[in-house]
Amino acid sequence: MKELRLMKGNEAIAEAAIRAGVDGYFGYPITPQSEVLEYLTLQKPEERTGMVVLQAESEVAAINMVYAGAGAGKMVMTSSSSPGISLKQEGITYIAGAELPCMILNVVRGGPGLGTIQPAQSDYFQAVKGGGHGDYKMIVLAPASVQEMYDFVELSYDLAFKYRTPVMILSDGAIGQMMEKVEIGEQKTRLTDAEVKEKCPWATTGKDANRERNIITSLDLDSNKQEIFNHKLQAKYKEIEEAEVRFEEIETEDAEYLFVAYGTSSRICQKSIQLARAKGLKVGLLRPITLFPFPSKRLKELSKQVKGILSVEMSAGQMVEDVKLAVECSIPVEHFGRMGGIIPSPGEVVEALEQKFL
Amino acid sequence: MAENIINNDIVKEENLVYKKTPLLTDKPLSYCPGCGHGTAHRLVTEVIEELNAQDSTLGVAPVGCSVLAYEFMDIDMQQAAHGRAPALATALKRLYPEHYVFTYQGDGDLAAIGTAETIHACNRGENITIIFVNNGIYGMTGGQMAPTTLPGMKSSTSPYGREVETMGAPLKMTELVAQLPGTYYVTRQAVHTPAAVRKAKKAIKKAFENQKLKKGLSFVEIVSNCNSGWKMTPNQANQWMVDNMFPYYPLGDIKVPEE
Repeated sequence: MKELRLMKGNEAIAEAAIRAGVDGYFGYPITPQSEVLEYLTLQKPEERTGMVVLQAESEVAAINMVYAGAGAGKMVMTSSSSPGISLKQEGITYIAGAELPCMILNVVRGGPGLGTIQPAQSDYFQAVKGGGHGDYKMIVLAPASVQEMYDFVELSYDLAFKYRTPVMILSDGAIGQMMEKVEIGEQKTRLTDAEVKEKCPWATTGKDANRERNIITSLDLDSNKQEIFNHKLQAKYKEIEEAEVRFEEIETEDAEYLFVAYGTSSRICQKSIQLARAKGLKVGLLRPITLFPFPSKRLKELSKQVKGILSVEMSAGQMVEDVKLAVECSIPVEHFGRMGGIIPSPGEVVEALEQKFL
Repeated sequence: MAENIINNDIVKEENLVYKKTPLLTDKPLSYCPGCGHGTAHRLVTEVIEELNAQDSTLGVAPVGCSVLAYEFMDIDMQQAAHGRAPALATALKRLYPEHYVFTYQGDGDLAAIGTAETIHACNRGENITIIFVNNGIYGMTGGQMAPTTLPGMKSSTSPYGREVETMGAPLKMTELVAQLPGTYYVTRQAVHTPAAVRKAKKAIKKAFENQKLKKGLSFVEIVSNCNSGWKMTPNQANQWMVDNMFPYYPLGDIKVPEE
């Protein structure tokens, strides 16, 4: 029998983490995502599953705790919001450089700087293009509902361990704070230390006599070896781009114009489609679920069908660059967005479409 | 006659009076001749061997001269971002509470960029061991001023000597963390003489054994030299350390558990 609950997005992530058998959460309070840590501490996961939950002294410490836990083969996570995610970039690039699996939640708020506590999508570049120093990427999942906040936890760990890479859930203040019906999954048992050893033979679990010591590092002072490693990372990202693209299409079959939007913006666009179609405008939506890897191939195909694409984002226009790259200037691509923590109205989006293309 | 004795006559099991612990790898140390790191590494690995804990010890290497500590210790290790070693050790210990977990850090790493991580790991009373090698300088990056650089001491970024008025006084991290309820055992040692080495070994062993008691963090500072950074010969550096570092950083236990 299905278990349904009314939950905030932030609470859904926390409950999903406990139920997925996550071993450790390390975080630091910041609006609008503090409910993740609050929910976890209230739930006593140390009693429910033995999960470690620790409020760190800073976002920097928290992400480095995640580095260590991941390096020791455990399922670990952290969560924060934009200014805090900026602080975590050091740890994230080390995690990518040491090829460690983990989940990082960003409940995005408006910026730059301290910005605002209201929802935004202005961390797209930071999440998708790297964020920290060095050539690396992480898989970025963009939930558009509280249910997806829940479901993407397990998906994150499947992908993170499959590719030994950090996975970011790029949410926003609206998805984190809003309440929706969520179907709750079953409680999974946390892996034992013996099972972790078996699953992650590379992890620092304690050097047994029957193997060489394991080292978790991102350092190689030999440039030739470092370049070989860089090539290996790039090959992994290529593999991810081939195999892990996820997206959803809404009313694209007969579409003459296309919205591209993720997360909260994609929810707005669904209503905008109804408004547009009532006016006789055949509009569809492509919603990237993975922002890296980006659904470029599908966009290229759709560009042969539609007359124009409107990238709708709560930012000054970031994803729109990837949309343009995908369609290679074959059709007009425009951006519409609101900033500073403002969510566009469905009507505004339709107006923008009309202004830019009609 | 002495000239008739060849090497093979000497290198025999029965003649062995000293050998390196098997937990030190065969890789040649990257430290400068005369540096205290080699001895400190040896003591840490000897203690792990004596505790029979190769398979249940997780070490954390810092950024600094000992960034490659994992090359020399035959145990599972993680290399931390600069200053973050106590955060790593916190997570490792929480996730593997029965393992021995230690960090091995220098003074730039622990007392400058990692101050927050150090103080909070100590304050939470993490059941870990911190080995803090203090040579009053950034060695790896080429002899820059550290928080621990002595007043008047020259470095590449305090070429006219450290001025306390503008650069602050040397930070006594060990005395500082001893004030925190979360630390269980805090001591300052050195490795410049055989007697000092024996004392330091005892302190490190105690600091590891304490982890089983789960009563808080054990912190072992090792005041050491940096003959390259100080621009001295190894002997001069050791003497300078005795004459200048020890008065500011006096050796001995600072916080000892009540019996």
